[in-house]
Amino acid sequence: MFSIWELILQQLVNGLILGSFYALVALGYSMVYGIIKLLNFAHGDIYMTGAFVCLSVFAALGNIVSGWTGIILSILVAMLISGILGYIVQRVAYRPLLGAPRLSLLITAIGVSLVIYNTVMVMTNSQPMFFTSGLDNAAGIRIGSILITYIQLVLLAMSGVFMLALNFFIGRTMAGKAMRAIALDQDTSRLMGINVNRVIGMTFVLGSSLAAVAGGMACVYYGNVQYNMGYTIGIKAFTSAVIGGIGSIPGAMLGGILLGLLEAMGTQFLGSQWKDVFAFGLLILILIFRPNGLLGKTEIERM
Amino acid sequence: MGLIDKLDNKVSKTIGSLALLLVMVLLPLRVDNYVQNVLWNAMFYMLLALGLNVIVGYCGLCDLGYAAKFAIGAYTTGVLMKSFSWNFWLTLPVSMLISAITAAIVGGATLKLRSDYLAIVTLGFAEIVRISVRNMSITGSASGLIAISRPSLFGIRLTRITHWYYVFLVLVLMFIFITYRIRHSRFGRALTYIREDEDAAQAMGINTTKYKLYAYIIGAVLGGITGSFYAVKMTNISPTSFDFTQSANILLAVILGGMGKIPGVIVGAAFFAIFPELFRDIPIIGEMRMLFFGILLIVVMITRPQGLWPERKQRM
Repeated sequence: MFSIWELILQQLVNGLILGSFYALVALGYSMVYGIIKLLNFAHGDIYMTGAFVCLSVFAALGNIVSGWTGIILSILVAMLISGILGYIVQRVAYRPLLGAPRLSLLITAIGVSLVIYNTVMVMTNSQPMFFTSGLDNAAGIRIGSILITYIQLVLLAMSGVFMLALNFFIGRTMAGKAMRAIALDQDTSRLMGINVNRVIGMTFVLGSSLAAVAGGMACVYYGNVQYNMGYTIGIKAFTSAVIGGIGSIPGAMLGGILLGLLEAMGTQFLGSQWKDVFAFGLLILILIFRPNGLLGKTEIERM
Repeated sequence: MGLIDKLDNKVSKTIGSLALLLVMVLLPLRVDNYVQNVLWNAMFYMLLALGLNVIVGYCGLCDLGYAAKFAIGAYTTGVLMKSFSWNFWLTLPVSMLISAITAAIVGGATLKLRSDYLAIVTLGFAEIVRISVRNMSITGSASGLIAISRPSLFGIRLTRITHWYYVFLVLVLMFIFITYRIRHSRFGRALTYIREDEDAAQAMGINTTKYKLYAYIIGAVLGGITGSFYAVKMTNISPTSFDFTQSANILLAVILGGMGKIPGVIVGAAFFAIFPELFRDIPIIGEMRMLFFGILLIVVMITRPQGLWPERKQRM
């Protein structure tokens, strides 16, 4: 039988995986919020679109390539398409409203979310689609009576690679520096010769393709994809971003992993039907007691 | 515009409203139960939209979980009547109180921060409420509460749809009166000021956090009252009546109808209640409905950010 420590270890692994999904989605949320102060409601739906693209591409590749090569190829295609989608959304719906009151921008984001959500719902007839990776679900490392599968390990490594790459991009390249500059002061950045619109577009592309990575990973991990999968993860990604300190890149990663771990433990000890209540309750508590998050800077509301 | 014109305009508006009211009062004599039920549903949405209008329209806050407010009212009444055999009218103050307390917690936590946090926190809170009522035995779990008894008013037991038609008509008039009075009070003008320019409002000495919180609580209490009446009208309530689609519908009614403007909000609510009935037999439109509204929302925000029928700016 499982001992309590083995259960905790098992939930630790589950929590890490869940947390890396949240972290990848939270990064896009946090970057967009940092740069144009928009809560991008459509972000969860872009994650969902990414998952569907990944699933379709993998099915289409079929006999040509399979296994991990196929999965990685599919995820790359999903990143590309989600990135384009994110750019289009930004260009069509958000850019005309960048100078408008924030409420208009927020409502537009809800509109975009409704459009993507319902388009996919109609296209898939509200039915879930299944992903058969052909990978061995039982292969892995045994520790006592628990099993850490190779799939879990590869997914963890994959999300780690993408997060490190993003960190490098933001911290070490000129484009990343431009993004940080705009987050600090948009007008001054424009005076310094930064093409603000292009950088905002790039932020959406980056954020959306990271969401697609999470979507592709979710395909492999859960084995099914549904049109409403983006709804709760959107709120949870926001929760992660707030836990870590919204606008902060390492904060989003930390917040995501932490939320995943807490949720896994909450599931273990409270029962799975309460896991969302646990996560959203945590959000309200954090906003009351530590509104700037763990790594966020104290900031006065700018208008 | 001359004084005569202005007066004339006012007179014709009053006559128009009175005529509409007369039609609404006399209508149940002529139409069957189905039509009355559709109209009842429209009035139900009007109540919700008028309540949400205080939050979104007057104050410019974004609430994505209004369904939770009326769920709280409905379940408070339902549980008190089912498990503790309370009289319906006694449950009303309790449901108002609980609505106010929960709104104070959620709003108090978020409104002192960035006000757009409220949007996502209300969304999360709505999920908390929905999941909680689905998993607790006192709220009847997934199947909800059934056979809540009907209340009496002036010795008449409210069982027929015509009764409820009139009860809700009176409620709509009350809500219009209350929100109209709020709009034209000092408090209401302060809310408009906050919506238009928060910095300037603060500079004029308005405690913006406090006023936003009050607006949020008032909206929640109105939602709670609506929920209580909904519970005894329907007699059955279940968690599925309070999902995100419900919140989105109410929000769309307020935004597309013309944020802040009472007639606009009423028309918006009526549209959202009656539209699905008209197209019920054409399945593809039913499915595409929200898609269409999403596109409409984006286009309206880009071209007419004040809504389709906005409030005219008051001249100073």
